[in-house]
Amino acid sequence: MRNDVQQLLNGLFLGSIYALFALGYTLVFGVLDVLNLAHSSVFTMGAVVSYSVVAIHGGPFWLAAVLGIAVSGGLGLVIEYASLRPLRRRAAPPITALVSTIGLALVLVSLIEQARGGALFGWLWRDGANSVRFPRGSVPEKTFRPFGLTLDVNKAAILVVTVVLVVALAWILRRSGAGRAMRAVAENPRAARYMGIDVDRVMAVTLVASSALAGLAGILYGLAISDISPYIGRDQLELRGLAVLVLGGMGSVVGSVVGGYLLAIAEVVALLTIGSNFRAAVAFGLLFVMLVVRPQGLFGAARPERS
Amino acid sequence: MLREPATVGLTPVEFLVKLFTDPAAWYNANQLVIAQMGINALLGLSIWVTLYCGQLTMANIGFMAIGAYTTVIMAIHLHTPFAVNALAGTALAAGVAVVIGLPVLRLRGVYLAIATLAFGEVVRFGVILNLGITGKGQGLNNPAAEPGTAGLLPVLVIVAVLTTVFSRLRSSKVGLACAAIREEEVAAASGGTNVAAFKLGTFVLGAAIAGLAGSLDARLNFFIDPSEFGVQRAILILVVAFVGGILSPTGPVLGAVLLIALPEIVRSAQDYRYVLYGLALMVIAVFRPKGLIARRSGGRRTRRQRALGDPVSDGV
Repeated sequence: MRNDVQQLLNGLFLGSIYALFALGYTLVFGVLDVLNLAHSSVFTMGAVVSYSVVAIHGGPFWLAAVLGIAVSGGLGLVIEYASLRPLRRRAAPPITALVSTIGLALVLVSLIEQARGGALFGWLWRDGANSVRFPRGSVPEKTFRPFGLTLDVNKAAILVVTVVLVVALAWILRRSGAGRAMRAVAENPRAARYMGIDVDRVMAVTLVASSALAGLAGILYGLAISDISPYIGRDQLELRGLAVLVLGGMGSVVGSVVGGYLLAIAEVVALLTIGSNFRAAVAFGLLFVMLVVRPQGLFGAARPERS
Repeated sequence: MLREPATVGLTPVEFLVKLFTDPAAWYNANQLVIAQMGINALLGLSIWVTLYCGQLTMANIGFMAIGAYTTVIMAIHLHTPFAVNALAGTALAAGVAVVIGLPVLRLRGVYLAIATLAFGEVVRFGVILNLGITGKGQGLNNPAAEPGTAGLLPVLVIVAVLTTVFSRLRSSKVGLACAAIREEEVAAASGGTNVAAFKLGTFVLGAAIAGLAGSLDARLNFFIDPSEFGVQRAILILVVAFVGGILSPTGPVLGAVLLIALPEIVRSAQDYRYVLYGLALMVIAVFRPKGLIARRSGGRRTRRQRALGDPVSDGV
């Protein structure tokens, strides 16, 4: 019983990561109407950069986190200017955005992959395709034991960070001028342009915000959940992010948060009741059923004709 | 993303020169690469069939897994000849496609793509990892592997036959109906085309081709394991079809040849070759948004091309 509760608690941490990751996905899908498949490589990059600052360059963790998030946000601009904006200019079909962001993801992952000592990107990372973890003591470690459960400070921090960010993001989208501009572009880019909104700028800002969220999720994931390798984003988060996106409803902020926790808890329940081999199957089975029964997701508006 | 073909380190020039000066030796040295091209061409064709009908489905990797595992399991337990095994694998993939196609094909665009992508993972994690007969994710040894020309030849023949047949079919009633659905589904339906039947038909046909590709691929290998049938491979299949262009069935074949050859050709760039590969995809997306085999949008189009329409428009 206690073990079950512990597992559910761990599910909450994982769910926070899913939620942060999917928030970025959902922002870009909502505002630009494209699936950004480079999102998972930005997640990886966030973890790799902050690891490198701490472990290779001996920097403090706060600096590592700041740099990790900054680099990720910068990659958002790369995605916008190198992949998405040229395609928008040419009114290319939506599928090209998928291919272009797949290409960019491949570039980023391969750069990390080949970063060994002495290589061109050796300053970025030294362990090539190996997986690594943050050295002990890079963040204050303390473990609480409420009711006999184990609660690490850094894991609890994930929950706090997620809640604060989600509330802040919801506030920004609802109240601030930038948020209103984003929602206007999401609703109808052409009308937004007629209202004097710089649509391209709003899209660039969206990508920076989305990528910074992905980078942050990557840092937290590497810090508290799992080892860091060039493939964590691609293998662990990419399809789960899509699952959360669909579960919650595409473009819905509340949806991606609820969806993130729902997916993580469903995985834990599957783990506890039918065994670890079914864990991933349940996630994707859930996604499959949701799409067939209610394609707009839990919090999405019904838009059956949308393609 | 791609399996590493074991070839000797040739420079791009040597690689190409050898193809013409000493084709037999070139073939022997590059059999694995050619096999990869053939299998990926088949997979590209399997997704092309649905793309041509306006459906972006990503389930083909799951059907490939079904074909591969059926073939090897039958070879292990029933000792039946390959033709029987391949037929069974293909039929099973097609059968499963009918069952999942009925509910899933009501979805469109990105939703359809994600749902079908999820199907592949359900096959991998839900079925293959949990059934005793599939080795529970440990992989299976294939007792009837034919890695040489015997295994390779059928692949190339089938690619050639399918490309020819599909090419002809485009101007047939069936091909035109597919093009109509892709261009304007509502108009096609009001014109009397049974849209649902065509969508299901192409989905099942694509699944059968992918199942067959799985069977043929399994025959070329001494060992199969579930990691080959993941999301990355599913994405590669789409990229293969897209890069070549989906106006014509030669598109996916060209795409497979190029995408498998590219890492070989830029092998001298060693560690950076997948960086170049990724950049190539980005450049193609920007400068050839309709794939390599497609007319420039400003160029002249024949009457037949106008009738066939522009395959990469809404919906896909």
